[in-house]
Amino acid sequence: MTRDVAIVAFGQSEHRRDSSEFSEVEMLMPVLHEVLGQVGLTTDRIDFTCSGSSDYLAGRAFSFTMALDGVGAWPPIAESHVEMDGAWALYEAWVKILTGEAETALVYAYGKSSPGDLRGVLTRQLDPYYVAPLWPDPVALAALQARTLIDAGLTDEHRLAAITARHGDRTGADEYVVRPLRRRDCPPIRDGAAAVVLAAGDTARGLCPQPAWIRGMDHRIEAHSLGVRDLTDSPSTRLAAERAGAFDAPVDTAELHAPFSSQEVVLRRALRLDDTVAVNPSGGPLVANPVMAAGLIRLGEAAARIHRGQSGRALAHATSGPCLQQNLVAVLEAS
Amino acid sequence: MSREPVAVIGIGQTKHVAARHDVSIAGLVREAARRALSDAELGWADIDAVVIGKAPDFFEGVMMPELYLADALGAVGKPMLRVHTAGSVGGSTALVAANLVAARVHRTVLTVAFEKQSESNAMWGLSLPIPFQQPLLAGAGGFFAPHVRAYIRRSGAPDTVGSLVAYKDRRNALKNPYAHVRDPGITLEQVRSSSMLWDPIRYLETCPSSDGACAMVLGDTAVARRAPRPPAWLRGGAMRSEPTMFAGKDYVSPRAGRDCAADVYRQAGITEPRREIDVVEMYVPFSWYEPMWLENLGFAAEGEGWKLTESGVTEIDGELPVNPSGGVLSTNPIGASGMIRFAEAALQVRGQAGEHQVDGARLALGHAYGGGSQFFSMWLVGCERPEA
Repeated sequence: MTRDVAIVAFGQSEHRRDSSEFSEVEMLMPVLHEVLGQVGLTTDRIDFTCSGSSDYLAGRAFSFTMALDGVGAWPPIAESHVEMDGAWALYEAWVKILTGEAETALVYAYGKSSPGDLRGVLTRQLDPYYVAPLWPDPVALAALQARTLIDAGLTDEHRLAAITARHGDRTGADEYVVRPLRRRDCPPIRDGAAAVVLAAGDTARGLCPQPAWIRGMDHRIEAHSLGVRDLTDSPSTRLAAERAGAFDAPVDTAELHAPFSSQEVVLRRALRLDDTVAVNPSGGPLVANPVMAAGLIRLGEAAARIHRGQSGRALAHATSGPCLQQNLVAVLEAS
Repeated sequence: MSREPVAVIGIGQTKHVAARHDVSIAGLVREAARRALSDAELGWADIDAVVIGKAPDFFEGVMMPELYLADALGAVGKPMLRVHTAGSVGGSTALVAANLVAARVHRTVLTVAFEKQSESNAMWGLSLPIPFQQPLLAGAGGFFAPHVRAYIRRSGAPDTVGSLVAYKDRRNALKNPYAHVRDPGITLEQVRSSSMLWDPIRYLETCPSSDGACAMVLGDTAVARRAPRPPAWLRGGAMRSEPTMFAGKDYVSPRAGRDCAADVYRQAGITEPRREIDVVEMYVPFSWYEPMWLENLGFAAEGEGWKLTESGVTEIDGELPVNPSGGVLSTNPIGASGMIRFAEAALQVRGQAGEHQVDGARLALGHAYGGGSQFFSMWLVGCERPEA
């Protein structure tokens, strides 16, 4: 791993509660045009394309093929897709560039949660034999985790309120959804898309005045069964951060994919973030959490801070699965 | 910067059948993974990362099942990636895993692909009605049959060629203990008189719907040196995609397939694939795709592929054996089918293919495709290690 790779462009859609007027492709295309426009590239100069999305949100098999038709894969392109958040598509593209087979990569992700009942849909990603038949939804599972944190003395409802207050005006959302989580502790359901452009070495320098260099990136998964996990901790986040070099030097910014306020408590502990670190200056997933794109957006937002000269070393985190089961950590630097 | 050479040091698959009622989804993938580890004489702790692939989640009714499969695949505390590139996914998954080794991110990677189609109904899983979008008709056969007819018209192939492919692959399957459809009494006449499903594709010229999993252990040079059995070395690998439909698309011989093969041959220094490659495991879900892909992959000139099939070149004892394992026509757990092609190619150059071993196989091509003939993944493996 001796190759320098950077995020050189980032774009995202306006995330909507209801995008019934737009197809996935219509939601995605302006974002792709925007990121390519930022670096003055056309798709024929992209060596590798990788995306993340979910058939279960789209309600049809091979849903990513419609997006590919929009991207315009002609002449044929080197392309791949993960059925995961776009952060993992970025990881696959990063590895591809590290092999030396690509200089540039386009990564995108999108998800439309509005056509279905997201809380119901996400129960389908649980153990199909022992857990999914009970239909526990993600809010209920996160509430279980929050209760565990409160019982362990690691947070309380006042401190959770302080976390949500940092993420914009969420007053008037104080009714309980599932105790102890209130409406303001839960992510708003949004449809949205995001994209980044990656480039290696001098190519990156030529495309972007201040590339966000990926100094390390790693991801780890934990056991699926909540009964065998300590929900107050996130060992997979800690291990990914160690492997990504996050603890080698302090970061000034952290974009955390904590869909629930209580999960920020877990992640801050695992990542050893103190009050000197700007956590989720973008507003984070409590402001917009378009499923399948929200993790990629954390990487993009952290990179954009570096592009704008607002950060010298930033950590970006993405998660997947119930109660932070799977976690990715990237360390981005200005130099 | 050069790529680290990648070796296949362990291969495992399940006995493919219509329905594995005796195991859960986790039990199925673990069975293949354990066999791959056992072939490599490694344990779960030796694996750095897991890359898993399968086709649409509707086939089992589990959204992103890799989350639930983390424990069964020994992935807890490790990186786990889930690939989905339609029918080509088994191949793509292996290539994503290989890149982790080639980029020197990891040294030993377990890659797994599966489908447990008995959990639902694949044909209708592919045909969910979406407003304002063209339906895929009733499953894949309805989509591909018109393109087969276009090939027959374009090439002037006699209409008996499809049945020859099916008869060959079903007989090859009898030599493969893992193959799903095994009918020792099969005759050419039976194939030719079986019911017409999607003209010109008859019932016995169609892939089955299978429950099955395939797994491989990939390693770098140092890991391969310690392997107990001869490794297969990756000599070239590529993926190509093109849109589903657009004016000018050639469904009979898609450019993405031709470009993908050309990239693989360039990496491996192959200039005459027909002469230099010893055996091919290609993705043939409907019999006629053998002659079609023979042309698309550069083994025959345009319009000439059917002549190789008709003259017996692709038989297991022919000059260019195609699908000695019995192929997709005999075994089709969709998400795993591409990886089975890749793994069977590796088994051949390792000399481990048992009764369906092709004598002297030194260079083998594994091929997969998916979607509307638009996603391609291929790898070429050899018994000799490439230069780093």
